[in-house]
Amino acid sequence: MRLDLAAKQLFLSEFIGAFALSMRYFFKPKPTLNYPHEKNPQSPRFRGEHVLRRYPNGEERCIACKLCEAICPAQAITIEAGPRRNDGTRRTTRYDIDMVKCIYCGLCQEACPVDAIVEGPNMEFAVETREELLYDKAKLLANGDRWEREIQRNLKADAPYR
Amino acid sequence: MTDGASVSLWLKLLESVVFAALVLIYVAYILYADRKIWAAVQLRRGPNVVGPWGLLQSFADFAKFALKEPIIPAGANKGVFLLAPVVTGTLAISAFAVIPVNFGWAVANLNVGVLYLFAISSLGVYGVIMAGWASNSKYPFLSALRSAAQMVSYEVSIGFVLVTVLLCAGSLNLTDIVMAQDSGLGLVGWYWLPLLPMFVIFFISALAETNRSPFDLVEAESELVAGFMTEYSATPYVLFMLGEYVAIVSMCAIMSILFLGGWLSPIPFAPFTWVPGVIWFVLKTSFMFFLIAMVKAFVPRYRYDQLMRLGWKVFLPISLVYVVIVAGFLEITGMGGHLH
Repeated sequence: MRLDLAAKQLFLSEFIGAFALSMRYFFKPKPTLNYPHEKNPQSPRFRGEHVLRRYPNGEERCIACKLCEAICPAQAITIEAGPRRNDGTRRTTRYDIDMVKCIYCGLCQEACPVDAIVEGPNMEFAVETREELLYDKAKLLANGDRWEREIQRNLKADAPYR
Repeated sequence: MTDGASVSLWLKLLESVVFAALVLIYVAYILYADRKIWAAVQLRRGPNVVGPWGLLQSFADFAKFALKEPIIPAGANKGVFLLAPVVTGTLAISAFAVIPVNFGWAVANLNVGVLYLFAISSLGVYGVIMAGWASNSKYPFLSALRSAAQMVSYEVSIGFVLVTVLLCAGSLNLTDIVMAQDSGLGLVGWYWLPLLPMFVIFFISALAETNRSPFDLVEAESELVAGFMTEYSATPYVLFMLGEYVAIVSMCAIMSILFLGGWLSPIPFAPFTWVPGVIWFVLKTSFMFFLIAMVKAFVPRYRYDQLMRLGWKVFLPISLVYVVIVAGFLEITGMGGHLH
């Protein structure tokens, strides 16, 4: 063993250097975000939990064209269409999204001609069972009512770039 | 038994229980400090949700473990399996019986205090071996074998380090060892300076003795899952965890007694000597723990053969030579019993 190497090991010089380095890091500001208390800024294009939107008069936007079902690469969307009972207009009788299959690609909202299906800004929809992630029409419409304001703001902010 | 004797016995018991409780509360905050220091070096924040600045994290963890269901493997030897964590926890706590936190503030002021500490820390390996054998599982068993070899190897050099301190102090009583360092010089009069190589060897051996990083081969995740604790859960696991940290704290306390002047003030004049000794003692112990926590943060884990090489081929010869040098120096200068 070379003498200088032996001396280096004997006097623990590398350990002292490492200690100094870690003390510098010790006092550095921490980049950690305190997640539930602090949150990162979110893009208006963020693709989170799906919603089905309504027009301001309360009429649901979806016309059951099934474009979203056709384009969905994960085949997560299931739609059944039929004439509505009171006025005979074409509406969905069933609109299910399997959120477990969904890959959050956003193709459904790109395909939608009436901006009915939109991926909202919500990303905190963890649940305790798998069954709760099989969304039906009622759940999606309820989401739409809940997130309408944020979605309108996001669509407006993104509109100049579309 | 007379009334007076029984009263003093009860007082002694009360004193022991209160002291043990204080030590455990200190250990709870040492655990918290360990996680915070480690996090800070890695640019993380560490626990900061339970209580202000996360100060109650250790108690939340303890409550969680205590309320969980302990699982005992079907193939395990139930009696030994449950006895092992009790042995580890009890032995770790009992080491504190002889540690003086201030002049005369020791639960038992034994004249062979150093021997007692040495014996207790040697017995600590039994808990690990019992756990490894009783688990009836391959990883805990391998880890117990490693642990036994590791603890035995480093006890040898710790023994020689203790011998040099004993030669200088001329006593096995921990209170006398601290008083022998009271040379009126303060910081520079303590044994860490003349016995610096021994201090470093003791520090590193203490890491190995308590299975602390970088010598935590016993619980190397990538090789042995969680080592001898693999099959443990709930309260038995807490006892192991607690035992480990109590052992680390007791090593820190021993280092501050043997080398850093125990409860003595580092600056030997008025405003500093008014501070109660117990505060200096806790500060020194916490400082030693800070160093140990920092070592965990920046030193990678040793390989097993490197660990054995360091213990037998480096520390043992150096400490042996230093014992001879110190003994010769004391003999020639006629300072046997007192270095100064």
